[in-house]
Amino acid sequence: MTFEPGDNVRVLPSEKPGHVRTPGYLKGKAGWIESLVGEFPNPEELAYGFSGKPERPLYRVGFRQADLWDDYEGPAEDCLYADVYEHWLEPGEGAPT
Amino acid sequence: MSGHHQHERAGRTTSPYAARIRAIEALLLEKGVLTEPEVQDSISYMEARSPANGAKLVARAWMDGRFEELLLSDAKAAALQLGMEPEHPAEFIVVKNTPGVHNLIVCTLCSCYPRAILGRPPDWYKSFEYRSRAVREPRAVMREFGFEPPEDVEVIVHDSTADVRYMVLPLRPLGTEDMREDELVELVTRDSLVGVNVPRS
Repeated sequence: MTFEPGDNVRVLPSEKPGHVRTPGYLKGKAGWIESLVGEFPNPEELAYGFSGKPERPLYRVGFRQADLWDDYEGPAEDCLYADVYEHWLEPGEGAPT
Repeated sequence: MSGHHQHERAGRTTSPYAARIRAIEALLLEKGVLTEPEVQDSISYMEARSPANGAKLVARAWMDGRFEELLLSDAKAAALQLGMEPEHPAEFIVVKNTPGVHNLIVCTLCSCYPRAILGRPPDWYKSFEYRSRAVREPRAVMREFGFEPPEDVEVIVHDSTADVRYMVLPLRPLGTEDMREDELVELVTRDSLVGVNVPRS
């Protein structure tokens, strides 16, 4: 596994088309690894009838809402977790949150 | 199509989507890809699941700290213990509300929902409006459902984008210390399991 809980990461700003499971509003955003969910067949390939093998690590990734939306209305502590596959992540900058 | 079948869907006959689905279903039956009993089994499967399952898990967790631990660490095992069948391949994670944290569940990409436990999601959960606003302005969305978390409570949104289905373990309402488990079950609403609201009190 490339990432450990607490690692800072960035979601790749990829425009890859198709059945991707990374929502657009997270692309290019900085967050942290909360935990590893497990390894699963790659849904981007399963969706088109392929085996999805090798399985890909899936992480729960945390983001501060204020880092996602410039006009976020809530307190600075509010955050969001999403499930992001490893091949959509790159190491982020700075110390672990 | 059997009479029972038609009765089940009588309310949706005007929707173009329903018409399309019926046409696809008829073709699949005609070509032998599906059989009528398989369609019925699938409908029965979904109808046997409801938010009442979630309410039972929550009420048991409120009564029994060890069950709560199991529910938070291995939600499928907890569901099995209460006789539910969480056999759906997806992972099932329960997130706990505390006096300082309130959780909200959404699926921005489609309509991922713990169907194996709670059955079909409500229509609003699948709407573009909920899916786009729950991640961007969760507090405004909750206000519209009648719940306003205080400013000192951290709101955590869970976007179930991939292989995990989420359910909220809400806070037990104050003043329910003397209630029995079957009374507590009645307090747990579907909305409180998604996190747009809190249980009845």
